[in-house]
Formats: sequence, C-alpha cells, structure tokens
Amino acid sequence: MSTKTATRAAAPKPELEPRAMAALAKHPANAGLTAADKLRLYRDMVRIRRFEERSVQVYQKGKIGGFLHLYIGQEAVAVGAVSLLGEHDHIITAYRDHGHALAVGMSMNECMAELAGKVTGCSKGKGGSMHFFAPDKKYWGGHGIVGGQIPLGAGLAYALKYKGLKGCCIAFMGDGAVNQGAVHEAYNLAALWNLPVIFVIENNKYSMGTSQERSSAGEPLAKRADGYDMAWDMGNGNILYEVREKIAAAMKRAHEESKPTLLEIFTYRYRGHSMSDPDQTYRDKQEIADYRENKDPITLFQKCLQAEGVLDDATLAKIDEEARAEAEASAKFADDSPFPQPEAILQDIYFEEDNRTDQSNVKGRMFFGDSV
Amino acid sequence: MPVISYREALRQAMAEELDRDENVIIMGEEVAQFNGAYKVTEGLLEKYGPKRIVDTPISEAGFMGLGIGASMLGIRPVMEFMFWSFSYVAFDQVFNNAASIRYMSGGLINLPIVIRGPANGGTSVGATHSHTPENFIANTPGLKVVCPATPYDAKGLLKSAIRDNDPVYVMENTILYNDKGEVPAEDYLVPLGLADVKREGTDLSIIAHGRAVLTALKAAEILQAEHDVSAEVVDLRSIRPLDVETILNSVRKTHRVLLVEENKPFCGVGAQISHLIQSEAFDELDAPIKRVSAIDAPAIYSMPLEKIQLPDPQRVVRAALSVG
Repeated sequence: MSTKTATRAAAPKPELEPRAMAALAKHPANAGLTAADKLRLYRDMVRIRRFEERSVQVYQKGKIGGFLHLYIGQEAVAVGAVSLLGEHDHIITAYRDHGHALAVGMSMNECMAELAGKVTGCSKGKGGSMHFFAPDKKYWGGHGIVGGQIPLGAGLAYALKYKGLKGCCIAFMGDGAVNQGAVHEAYNLAALWNLPVIFVIENNKYSMGTSQERSSAGEPLAKRADGYDMAWDMGNGNILYEVREKIAAAMKRAHEESKPTLLEIFTYRYRGHSMSDPDQTYRDKQEIADYRENKDPITLFQKCLQAEGVLDDATLAKIDEEARAEAEASAKFADDSPFPQPEAILQDIYFEEDNRTDQSNVKGRMFFGDSV
Repeated sequence: MPVISYREALRQAMAEELDRDENVIIMGEEVAQFNGAYKVTEGLLEKYGPKRIVDTPISEAGFMGLGIGASMLGIRPVMEFMFWSFSYVAFDQVFNNAASIRYMSGGLINLPIVIRGPANGGTSVGATHSHTPENFIANTPGLKVVCPATPYDAKGLLKSAIRDNDPVYVMENTILYNDKGEVPAEDYLVPLGLADVKREGTDLSIIAHGRAVLTALKAAEILQAEHDVSAEVVDLRSIRPLDVETILNSVRKTHRVLLVEENKPFCGVGAQISHLIQSEAFDELDAPIKRVSAIDAPAIYSMPLEKIQLPDPQRVVRAALSVG
C-alpha cells in the first residue's frame, strides 16, 4: 500500500527536455557573452571533468584519504552560476565541492594537493576533499555536514546586506539536504529578513544511495519555498545557458529587491555518491548511460558552440588536451609536494593564538595533552 | 566605584562595544522588543535600533548558523541563547561549524563571534533547561569558553570576548543576574585565560568557576570561622584558555586541592584540572585531590532536591575537611 496520501496535490513534473539553445543564447543573461567568454565557460567545464577523472586515479593509488565525491556530470551548474558572480557576490557549497572551487578560479594544483593532504593544498592539507575554501575568491567552502552550510550562506547574505553592499550569496546544496531542519530554518530567516541569498538545490536525484522519491515527500523540492513566501524556480542543469538564465533572474531579485530565491537545478552525477559507493544497488546502468549519451552538459554545450560557430575542432581538441595536461601536472605537483610538518596540527585553530604576542588579551594555556 | 548588577554589567559591556565598533550586532530570541528574556539586553533596541539589535524566531540552528556565516565577512555578532541548553538543537552550527572552519580552511578564515547566555541549574526548570555545557565547549579545539562569577568579571570578560577574533562562548547564570558588585565606570578588559584568586588562604586551594566560586567563598568563610582552616579560592573565570600557572601557584602554596563546579563530574572541567595538577605538581600534593560537583543525574525538578543536587557551602565544607 502506498504511504502517500490521496489528498497530495499532483505536482508539476520538472521540465527536463532541453530548450532550444539558440533561443537561450539570445536570453539577456547570455546575449552579452563574447566568443571568448563562451570558450572560457566550455573550458571551465572540461577542466573540472578532467580534474575529477585524474583524481580518481590518484585515489585508486591510495594517495587520497577518506572520501572523494566527484562532480562529474554536474559541471554546468557550478560553472554557469559562478560565471555570473560580480564584485560582491559570494558562494558556499556542500562536500561535492571541487567543481565550484575550480570554477571560482582555484588552481588544480592547490586542489589536487589538498586531496593528497599536502602542505601546498588550498587548506594546507587540513580540510581535505570536502573542505576547500578560497575567501579571496569569495568561496566560503566546502562543508561536510549535509545542509550545515545553508545557514552560513544566509549569514553571508546577511553580512552583505548589513554592510549595504549590492551583492548576494549563492548557497548550493544537494537534493539530500532539503529535509534537514537547518535548511528550513535558513529558508525562513532568508524570507523573513529579505536576505539576498540564492539557495540552489543541485538535484542529482540521489541523496547518497536513496532516490528522491524514497527520501522527500512532495515535489518539486523547490516548491517548498511557497511555505515561506519565497520565489522559486526550476531549471535544467545540463544546459549551461539555462543555468545562467535562472541564476541571473535570481541574482536580479537579490541585488535589486534584496529577496531570496530557491532554485532547483536538475542535474546528474555519473559516479557513485563517493568513491566507496559501488553504485550497484539503487539505480540502473541504463539511466547513467542515458545521461552520459544524451544529456551530458559538456557535450550539449560543445554542440551548441559548434553550431554557433564559436568552437572548431582544433580548439576543441586543444582545450581538452590542455585540461588533461593541467590535471596531469596537478597530480605530479601533489605527488611532489611535502606533507605538512607535525607542528601544523596545532596551527590555524585560533586566530589569536596564531597571532599571539605579549600584548595579546589572551593569556593562559590554549592547548592540552601531549605536545607534538 | 559604581555598584551594579551582573545583568547591568553585561548590558554595559554590550553597549560599550556597540558604541565602539559598528560591526557589533546583538541577535537572539526576545533580545530586542521583549527587552531580553532575562532583561540583559533591556533598552538596547531603543538606543541602537532594529538594525543592530535583532529579534530572531525560535530557530537556534538557523540563526546561530547565520551569525557564524555573517562573522566570516567581518560582522561581530553577539548571539544570545535564552538558555545554553538550547545549544543542543544548534549543535552542528555552534560546535562543529564554528570550531572547524578556521582549521579546515588552513587559517584563511576567522570567526569573531560571541555566543552568550545562561547555563545553570538551580531554578526548577527541569533537566532540559539546566545544562552546563562548558565542558563540551572546552573539549572542542577552536572554541573558547568563559564563566564569569561576578559583575566585574562579567563585564570585563564579555568585552574581551567581543573584541576577540575567535568564537568565544560566555556562560552566564540566571541566579547571578541580580547579584551586585563594584564595576569601574571606565573602559577595562578582563583578559581571556586569566584566573583570579578571589580569596587568599594557606591550607587548601578551592578551585571553581561560575556560581560555584560564590559557593566556595561562602564555604571558605565557614571553614575559617568554624574550623580554623584557611582556604584559598581560585576563580578560573576562563576554562579555555586556562590559567594553569595560577592554579599551580596556589597548589604550591597550600598543597591541598578541592575542585568545585556545578557541572556533572564525569569528564567535567574538574577532571581536566585534576589531571593537570597531578601531572605538573604531583610532588606538591599532600593529599589526593577531591571534587564537589552536581550529583551525577539529570537535573531534578523537585525544589528541595535540586538544592541538594548542586554544590552548596555545607557540602563544600565537608569535602574540604575530608581532604587528608
């Protein structure tokens, strides 16, 4: 017997059919893109994919600890959204964070070195795969606890508003985060206080190994915004132009009205939840193959740019070759880099401790137990 | 010197820091229009307006996380928990995010946030509202925690907490809010990590924090008057950072130690102090260290029994006399 109630309203099915690229290209969000801009967007997606593929090999050699959650298949979401960031726009995301990191301009070297736990990593080897940060690029992580970053994202938006800056925060989460209480608390605060935040659900259909229909009541997930009188929309995450269109509209609302938006962007990951997921129990191979062959965001954008006459075969090959070489070099860089010294364990915990002088207003002992 | 209440001392600390730095904001449940559930923030909304004194919904995980996020961009939020017991519904934000972000970013980020509010039993509100989680906080690298016992310390420590560039958690006590004491009118700070010898003595060191300091002081008077025992009372004031030197100096002077706290005994603050003393001043001890803490059960509601559950002067006196 179904556990769903008979009174449940029929929810609109998300529109996943690709819209005409040509029309999307003319949308104001995309019309201003030059050929060089478009090639950069394409290159950014290819770089993410090649980086992730290369990291798999590093992982398989046992050089990456713990978890490795790959972004392969979802590239258009991070690249599309990040490409719209202005001077006072910030982002924060969850643990599947490599794509966003590369999209904001972090180097493959610092990212791969972080995966390998090396001192040359973006967090000096202290954060790992799930915890990349680059505040200078307005990238506030990289957060490991499902949904835990969403109140932080609302807080970044709060700070921007408090300081009178015309900016916003894009707070990304997976579809598995939508049932966490902290996420709903953040929705409420954002709507209540008119915060310039864009909540983006990157809906890849599975929260770890549990499908959306087995974890979330009601669909679409973005519709939950109605309960908070918050604007919401959905978009096809395989179409980079469409991601930009949806993010641009939400950004306009944030910048001009200081109001939040909940966006549900439909996407797909080709790999398991993490490297330890054998990916054999909860979805069938045909589904993965269908996405790879028919809905791949990089292939779709490639075809689009070829049709627009922006991307020729030689450039296509060159971009791919360079991305592979960059990823290869990053693996070598990570390999050649040293691990942090043991002293590093007790550094970067407290700002005041890292900067302590005799004049400090902090006295006494901060660390206990055996010294390094 | 003006004599003001512990509550007024906290309010002055916030007002002075609001005046000093425009990035300081006050946020929490009922802190603005209602003037504070315990009136600690009374009058601040009127003086500083709704941009800086902000009422939140009952949504601790949400607004505490929001405050932490805002602090990443340089806002200095002074967040109120109506009770520290409510931190348990915001645990991931308050104990995980706030403590870990600086470390996981390799030191790229710091979080200048203060979270304050009462953390005490003894008011007949039952187990859910009577928690004293200073030991959890002190157990979490990345966080700092202070427990003022007097109006002077409350103001000086809160001002230091607000100016500090790391998360500092201030544990107050509803029973102390009306206590009065001398507080300078001029600007002053009590540094974090500096203990205070509240009473000099020669025979025994009673080491305590929070309201247990006042219990210890009353016990010390009884010990002197009725038993001719000269007890020294060391107020830790700050749990992490911890003023190890002042503790050890007192031990070297009296050679006997009694630890008093309103926290539970198992893995409580006293457990750490006891370890420190035996490992760094074992030869100075003339007797095993003894402890008085809350009786190891959830906080009981029944009024007379709750009084028994928490340390009182007579229990402290008995324990002091039992130190060999």
